[in-house]
Amino acid sequence: MALFSKQNKEVFTNPLNLDHPILGQVLGICSALAVTSQLKPAIVMGLAVTVITAFANVIISIIRNTIPNRIRIVVQLVVVAALVTIVSQILKAFAYDVSVQLSVYVGLIITNCILMGRLEAFAMQNKPWPSFLDGVGNGLGYAMILVIVGAVRELLGRGTLLGFQIIPDACYDFGYVNNGMMTMPAMALILVGCVIWVHRAYFYKEK
Amino acid sequence: MKLNTNSNAYIIIYSAILVVIVAFLLAFVYQALKPMQDANVALDTKKQVLYSLNIRNLDGAEAEAKYAEIINDTMDMMGQKILMAEINEEPIMIYEMKGMGLWGGISGFMSVRFDLEKGGFSVYGAYFNHESETAGLGAEIKDSQEWQEKFIGKRIFDDETKHVVLSVVKKVEDPECQVDCVTGATLTSNGVDEMIKRTFGLWTGEYDIDMDEGELEMLMLKMALGKDSVSDAELQRMIKVKKVKEE
Repeated sequence: MALFSKQNKEVFTNPLNLDHPILGQVLGICSALAVTSQLKPAIVMGLAVTVITAFANVIISIIRNTIPNRIRIVVQLVVVAALVTIVSQILKAFAYDVSVQLSVYVGLIITNCILMGRLEAFAMQNKPWPSFLDGVGNGLGYAMILVIVGAVRELLGRGTLLGFQIIPDACYDFGYVNNGMMTMPAMALILVGCVIWVHRAYFYKEK
Repeated sequence: MKLNTNSNAYIIIYSAILVVIVAFLLAFVYQALKPMQDANVALDTKKQVLYSLNIRNLDGAEAEAKYAEIINDTMDMMGQKILMAEINEEPIMIYEMKGMGLWGGISGFMSVRFDLEKGGFSVYGAYFNHESETAGLGAEIKDSQEWQEKFIGKRIFDDETKHVVLSVVKKVEDPECQVDCVTGATLTSNGVDEMIKRTFGLWTGEYDIDMDEGELEMLMLKMALGKDSVSDAELQRMIKVKKVKEE
């Protein structure tokens, strides 16, 4: 089977549109609300989830035939927890500032529904390579929303992007004020809602 | 032969092997990355000290060099960590503070200068940190540079009563020594207030010093000997002398 056969392409692109983990399945919302008050942690969180989903998918897919059916959820959790711990340690060693900002939410990736959902629904039945693509696709789908919401919240809430001033000082002189509401988690929920609405209204095509 | 993956023996052996493999892997990663993580934490603490001296926007090696340049001594008095710095030939003391916020611990550094006009000491700069305060509210004590800068120049002790007057309040009545609290974060602000009072209260007797008689004598001994630390032998000798006196 070719590496990028039609079937594999679908596995990769479906989660970016039709089966989008957040927009289509509305999974993994909790962490999406928590880490998106600025763009940088949102990007790192998106990358972390992508890496973890992809590798957890591959590992589970490789050992899928040996996993005893009765403890399969436990096995999946152990694999995910190990990966998450490794990622969190790496962040602490190489991106300390970001790991401080993400604080508990890196650890909480373990309970991210996207991960368990993909492991149970996809990796348990499929070969490693399609599982890897599925993991990357879902992770990127998740990261996409995080980046959109993070960018809007940081721009309107702080007037910056990735810490760089975007809204010129002149605007502040004219009485423009940063919207403090944007830094609150509640606004993330509303923004995610708006994104879901736009997606459903304009991009979503029935299967 | 096909294994029966649902037999009890298989499940037990499978999970045991899995857990051992994962444990080894995690232990290895932890050991391999520990030195880098420790270095990061140490550097972060140094940066926080520099923030409290109003030196911001320094990265990695720059911060390290600056820290080495201006900090010339570290003291431990009654469990209170004090750093001595020199900026533009002016001696500055940096106090490490620890306290309680709303959801978890808060900490910070406050640098203090001699200021005879303001009851002996005034604030040179401040930096606060927190573990888990609410983003946008309590977390502002760390995120808002503006708020931290409000402390600069405030008087710490009262001239006459010698009590700590520097405080975080809802309504500022005396701008010389009071700082506006963070809106929407009363409990965190109260935590900062308490932390400051306790740290500096150590010198005024307002707050009970959390140490028993033995520790106090230990401290006096340290001061008498002019040493930072006292050996066990010296301590034992002192206790003996004390006991003899009592008898």
